[in-house]
Amino acid sequence: MMSSNSANNLLDEALGFNDDGGGGGGGLLLLIEDRVETSGAFILHHLIKRRLSSPNRPNDVVVFLSFAHPFSHYDRILRKMGCNLGVQKENKRFVYYDMLNLNYPDGEKGAEDLLLSVYGKIQKTVELCSSREGYKNSTIMIDDISLMEVALCGSSNLVLDFLHYCYSLATQFDCLVIILNHEDVYSTMDVPSPLLQMEYLANIVIKAEPLATGLATDVHGQLTVLNKGICQGSGCSKGKIRNFHFRVKENCVEYFYPGSRT
Amino acid sequence: MAAEAISRALRDGALEGEHAPALTIKDSIHAPLGAFVFDHILAQLSSNISSSKSQAQGIVLVAFARSPQFYAELLKSKANDAASLKKWLRIVDCYTDPLGWKIQLAESGIVSNRSTQNATTASLCKNVRDLDMLFSSIVELGKEVIRETKGRFAVAIDSVSEILRHASISSAASLLSNLRSHDQVACLFWLFHSDLHEMKASSALEYISSMVACVEPISNTANGKGMNSENVPLIEQNLGRGKFSVRFKRRNGRIRLMSEELHTEQMGINFVPAFEGHVTSQSLVPKVQFNLQLSEKERNDRAKVVLPFEHQGDGKPIQIYDGRRSVSESKTENKETNAEKMHVNEDSGRGEIIYIRDSDDEMPDSDEDPDDDLISDSTIFFLTVGILELLTN
Repeated sequence: MMSSNSANNLLDEALGFNDDGGGGGGGLLLLIEDRVETSGAFILHHLIKRRLSSPNRPNDVVVFLSFAHPFSHYDRILRKMGCNLGVQKENKRFVYYDMLNLNYPDGEKGAEDLLLSVYGKIQKTVELCSSREGYKNSTIMIDDISLMEVALCGSSNLVLDFLHYCYSLATQFDCLVIILNHEDVYSTMDVPSPLLQMEYLANIVIKAEPLATGLATDVHGQLTVLNKGICQGSGCSKGKIRNFHFRVKENCVEYFYPGSRT
Repeated sequence: MAAEAISRALRDGALEGEHAPALTIKDSIHAPLGAFVFDHILAQLSSNISSSKSQAQGIVLVAFARSPQFYAELLKSKANDAASLKKWLRIVDCYTDPLGWKIQLAESGIVSNRSTQNATTASLCKNVRDLDMLFSSIVELGKEVIRETKGRFAVAIDSVSEILRHASISSAASLLSNLRSHDQVACLFWLFHSDLHEMKASSALEYISSMVACVEPISNTANGKGMNSENVPLIEQNLGRGKFSVRFKRRNGRIRLMSEELHTEQMGINFVPAFEGHVTSQSLVPKVQFNLQLSEKERNDRAKVVLPFEHQGDGKPIQIYDGRRSVSESKTENKETNAEKMHVNEDSGRGEIIYIRDSDDEMPDSDEDPDDDLISDSTIFFLTVGILELLTN
């Protein structure tokens, strides 16, 4: 059983992260899918801490688009995990975009223009960081995609366009794009869901699901990490899947293989 | 093999007065290996083009899902140098700025105008919603790689699924049909993800194609029934292996089906013959998750089964099968005795057949109820009378 306080836990291993918090860059998109019964927010918090806390990467930046919660919410949670977001924000390592209080225009054209301006800010931030000495990776995070779709008048196509642009930016500047979406929001759709489009686009898919046996006090759910492997023109690495259980505690999360918990 | 047949068809190109051969490669999220197949086909065709073995003298690659740099590296790794690529490869770049956002931002000074370096001639497409303009770009670039007046070029589109996000199925089908009927197009192929579209879109694309290559999972997992540690190995297997089925539509209307397996490897994919038990040729057996066909041994065993109460009609005495395998002569008398007893019981009009087995012949692990011979109907009657007397007293 490993907690998230140890150097590398099961989640980090499944993601291919190094001990220094690096790895997982190089133009990758990571999709977190969760449900009402098993919120995947803890994964997002863990990844924020990992990307900001690595001592060998002082110039790495996290660009965070929040459609779900105000800054104070993340600040409070990350403080308990030993990470001061306020300081990181002042040091320009944590760039927070409050998407909750924007004035969203009516109509798809207005939404596209707004999205264009948001993308422009992100590209400018990433370009600026990449020009700094010692730059390794940037991270772009979106919490969450279903609320983003609501904000954009329900246009899942615009969301997918935006993700495509983030992905091409990630390829160009060696970034990691992390997005959170809710699987059960799309479960009743008759037409093919946009979530499937995102699964095709993503290089790594993490699913947070309840156990097949139902609720339990000691185990809060299971994570399935599908790592499609890196594919470059010269060759591909093989895809891998890892499945393990988790338990969310006050200040950390425990990850363990089924049956290995004492 | 199926993959080789596809490569040959694309290499040979179009006959005079006929539409160009068109290949649809389709996959799904449970067998996401379509991109590997696309890369393989592209590499094979490129090899034929660079060695002047194909009708097509060049390729116009329309890149939506992956960057032009990716394809340049892919083809260079297959023994093509950059100079040679520039002679016969053109890329319509629908990946970098498909909606013109970057150009708009650069023009307004918000971001710098950094163009990505690429080793091949890539023509930037800034509006993928305009399929007429896309068609013109493809044809224009195709003419650049043709050496003769009557020369032809190949077209490859790495994601028709992306086209369908921005345009209707009728516009997309129209684009593909126009390309197929263009007299300078030798062949074309494209990839799409079947589970991203409605059935009518998939069907429309398949109707336009002369070849449909389908990638399916090698293992049928319990999809939709939740994840557990048991189906993880099966899902992982589907990431590296798949069933590859190809349907060829001949000009005379005949359909030819071929099937094999594909395995992903470090440097691409490998096609191998399908294992025994998989469908390797056209068959009328419906596609289900269990085997409906009999093997030779199973057919022979079935022929040897003696059916109960059937008049064999071969001149031999009738052998009634009472649940035991033995049909030897030493048991014949016992069976005749049993048969007599069965007839007696049948005459009682109860409509059921009771086997009263001779205890000496009873098999050690017989399925019969061992208590059957302990109690008879008359015994039950007397017991019942006795109980009634006790109750009334």
